[in-house]
Amino acid sequence: MRYTSDMAKAKPVESLDRVVIRFAGDSGDGMQLTGDRFTSETAVFGNDLVTLPDFPAEIRAPAGSLPGVSGFQVHFADHDILTPGDQPNVLVAMNPAALKVNVADLPKGATVIVNTDSFNERNLQKAGYESNPLEDGSLSHFHVHEVALSSMTIEALKEIEGITSREAERSKNFFALGLMSWLYHRPVEGTLGFIETKFAKRPEIAEANTKAFKAGWNYGETSEDFAVSYEVAPAPLAPGTYRQISGNSALAYGLIAASKLSGLPLFLGAYPITPASGVLEELARLKQFGVRTFQAEDEIAASGAALGAAFGGSLGVTTSAGPGIVLKSETVGLAVTLELPLVIVDIQRAGPSTGMPTKPEQADLLMVLFGRNSESPVPVVAASTPAGCFEAAIEAARIAIKYRTPVYLLSDAYLANGSEPWLIPDASTLPDISTEFATKPNDDDGFLPYRRDPATLARPWAIPGTPGLEHRIGGLEKEDETGNVSYDPENHDLMVRLRAAKVAGIASDIPELEVDDPDDDADTLVVGWGSTYGAIGAAARLVRGSGRKVAHAHLHYLNPFPRNTGEVLRRYEKVLVPEINLGQLRMLLRAEYLVDAAGYNKVRGRPFRAAELADAITALVDS
Amino acid sequence: MSDGNGNVVQLSAKDFKSDQEVRWCPGCGDYAILSVIQGFMPELGIPRERIVFVSGIGCAARFPYYMQTYGMHAIHGRAPAIATGLAVTRPDLFVWVVTGDGDALSIGGNHLIHSLRRNVNLKILLFNNRIYGLTKGQYSPTSEIGKVTKSTPMGSLDYPFNPLSVAIGAEASFVGRAIDTDKKGLAEVLEAAARHRGSAFVEILQNCNIYNDGAFDYVRDEKENRIYLRHGEPIRFGAEGEKGVLQQTDGSAAVVEVAEAGEEALLVHDAGHREPSLAFALSRITFETDGAVPLGVFRSVERAVYDDLMSEQLEVARERSGEGDLAALLHSGDTWTVG
Repeated sequence: MRYTSDMAKAKPVESLDRVVIRFAGDSGDGMQLTGDRFTSETAVFGNDLVTLPDFPAEIRAPAGSLPGVSGFQVHFADHDILTPGDQPNVLVAMNPAALKVNVADLPKGATVIVNTDSFNERNLQKAGYESNPLEDGSLSHFHVHEVALSSMTIEALKEIEGITSREAERSKNFFALGLMSWLYHRPVEGTLGFIETKFAKRPEIAEANTKAFKAGWNYGETSEDFAVSYEVAPAPLAPGTYRQISGNSALAYGLIAASKLSGLPLFLGAYPITPASGVLEELARLKQFGVRTFQAEDEIAASGAALGAAFGGSLGVTTSAGPGIVLKSETVGLAVTLELPLVIVDIQRAGPSTGMPTKPEQADLLMVLFGRNSESPVPVVAASTPAGCFEAAIEAARIAIKYRTPVYLLSDAYLANGSEPWLIPDASTLPDISTEFATKPNDDDGFLPYRRDPATLARPWAIPGTPGLEHRIGGLEKEDETGNVSYDPENHDLMVRLRAAKVAGIASDIPELEVDDPDDDADTLVVGWGSTYGAIGAAARLVRGSGRKVAHAHLHYLNPFPRNTGEVLRRYEKVLVPEINLGQLRMLLRAEYLVDAAGYNKVRGRPFRAAELADAITALVDS
Repeated sequence: MSDGNGNVVQLSAKDFKSDQEVRWCPGCGDYAILSVIQGFMPELGIPRERIVFVSGIGCAARFPYYMQTYGMHAIHGRAPAIATGLAVTRPDLFVWVVTGDGDALSIGGNHLIHSLRRNVNLKILLFNNRIYGLTKGQYSPTSEIGKVTKSTPMGSLDYPFNPLSVAIGAEASFVGRAIDTDKKGLAEVLEAAARHRGSAFVEILQNCNIYNDGAFDYVRDEKENRIYLRHGEPIRFGAEGEKGVLQQTDGSAAVVEVAEAGEEALLVHDAGHREPSLAFALSRITFETDGAVPLGVFRSVERAVYDDLMSEQLEVARERSGEGDLAALLHSGDTWTVG
């Protein structure tokens, strides 16, 4: 039997332009895997898509409990989309807790597929239901499909040898995936191949998952409960070869690319931390690229080792999230004064302190800009989309190498784990970011380690092993040009200004701020940065759809700002700055450009919904 | 040594002196250490450009400024971490860490023990003066209990670290001790450390004549209290060699009168013993416990070097997958083509 999208057409088929599905279950139910596979099928099919994994920090919170619910939302469409979707059209709930946590997000008329086997008294009680929602009429606004996922899975697998019924029950996520794949005409070859590879060492598990997947598909096709299936045509994407990519993978690939493009070996110092560990793990399996990954004893050592590697001529990188970045600030300060390249990646998560480790936030901006002692300017680059993490990583490395400076690269938990289709760039067209090490003295009196390039103000990078350029650098203030220790007041003032001017000068070496203002006559400008790109873009479309005018500009550089930023801001009567913080960029824009920018700020550990932003923009436009 | 053009160049101590004025307090033990290191460097036959001194913060940490090599004066306690990144990416370099008792054992304790357990190819010199000098005289993690300083007017409460016990506990593959003014002993230990592959940890007893003067007089001045450890030889010391060290049945080491214990009962020093327990027992002999201090190489064993292991993994990965191909990486996994 072949499982093809044609076969699903035995029943009536409805066409949809877009669908938002949320898979939800216990953190041990395999919802992330299920969502990942559905996404891969969808990507290969050719829809545009955006995903939002949403899971607890606990690996296995108490089974059936509300905090243990893990979700994965995927939005796919026959056209270009920007967000994971505000409200799911379909919720797959593996247990009562998953239903309880997610039902409030559903619009009227949404489809709910529940695993009835898990709706027993004990699970209902754990989820805090006083009566069974499948029976008390509370789901009457929705189309509910009651599916005995667990028992049908166990039944389907009963003939496989070496599988207990407990193990068989664990394949229920593949049953659900099979059902959803049938319902939306997803190509399944990728998933079947994935199961073979992933469980190659446990053939009986591979067989179980394959059988469960097919049983789910067949159930959809034969059950009268599912009268129609749906198709979402491929999106008209630009020609080229695509893949699906998450932000953390794109970031890791970007660092590999930066290493290749600069000719510098990559050294990553890291300490495990959510949601940044994925970059360490990805790079650790790419050692054929000459990557040295160092899992350090702590965050401080991770950044210190990266700086030591940079002193020796490597592309030094350290990755973390906010609670680790705070520990790295002394190393970053040292890198500022040593004027050595260093890329520090902050994959932001909700805080303060440990906060909500798996949830996104944009509240580290002021920390990376100012969270060091004294005047210690650091360029800041921010990624805006999961795939955009690739280019952002190359750009952060380019600036670090060219200007001999630490550079902060900001991502967040949403970009890190979210994924989207990516038009794979042609590796041969990526920019050359190579540099030259100093090889000979730059003065009649010998080597002056702090004599600067007049154009970039960067100092020479003279790596140990170079004869005749032996020199000492350190955290003490240095004399201009010679780099010798200096306490001279005027020299200190000069060095403070030189370091600031070097970073400010990068503005002439980055693109101008672009504005999306279709008719060029909007009065209202929305300015964002980072992962709000998709939500603001989608909100702008909604606002324009209502006949209003709005412009959107997105900052990919937070220090220095693009050179035309002030001019862009002053062009608009009203400026709105939505951020998942309490107004950090807004404060900077107001201080720097004296514009009366308003904020839209929600700090919930979740991305913005396009609809709420559209409401906020509309209110400002109409004001 | 060759200058790169096939000419043999013989460097001398002055070739290792930088043009910077040395700014330790007059009479500081650091001068003696600097002089010994500049003196023995030429004997290693390694060109200056391949030598790097990395330090943290403190009086000792100024050391790199005075060496005509590459150097980095970094941040408090972090030198072993920074040096780790440098050493593992540049196996051609000869990387030294200069640190002090506060730098290595207080703020940087974590980095010290982890670099030692990994066995990174670093030579770590801990100048122990049992006091904070640069910050003007607060007690340090090696200060004796009850130490009266500006920050402990009623005496310190902290039980001190024994630096060698810490290093041996972290299973350092090379551990030694020397005295700042003992040029011969210091040069011997440093040379052995320099020739050791992997982490070498050397405690140098260093006098701070301003804030803790005379802290080591009992062994700096009174040479009969020095127990020189020599691999393969019975451990004896004293003006006439009348004292010795034996190992007791519980594993600990004790100082004895040779006449009473008998020569054959003395412990024969084995720096290459696989287990660190022997070296640890020797590290427990202190002036406070036994009125004498062991010096020399406590432990020197071969153990896989972190830097080598890391390089080997890169080679294995290349053998398995071929040299990394960026275009192939970007196209890995499921792909599809539009148009």
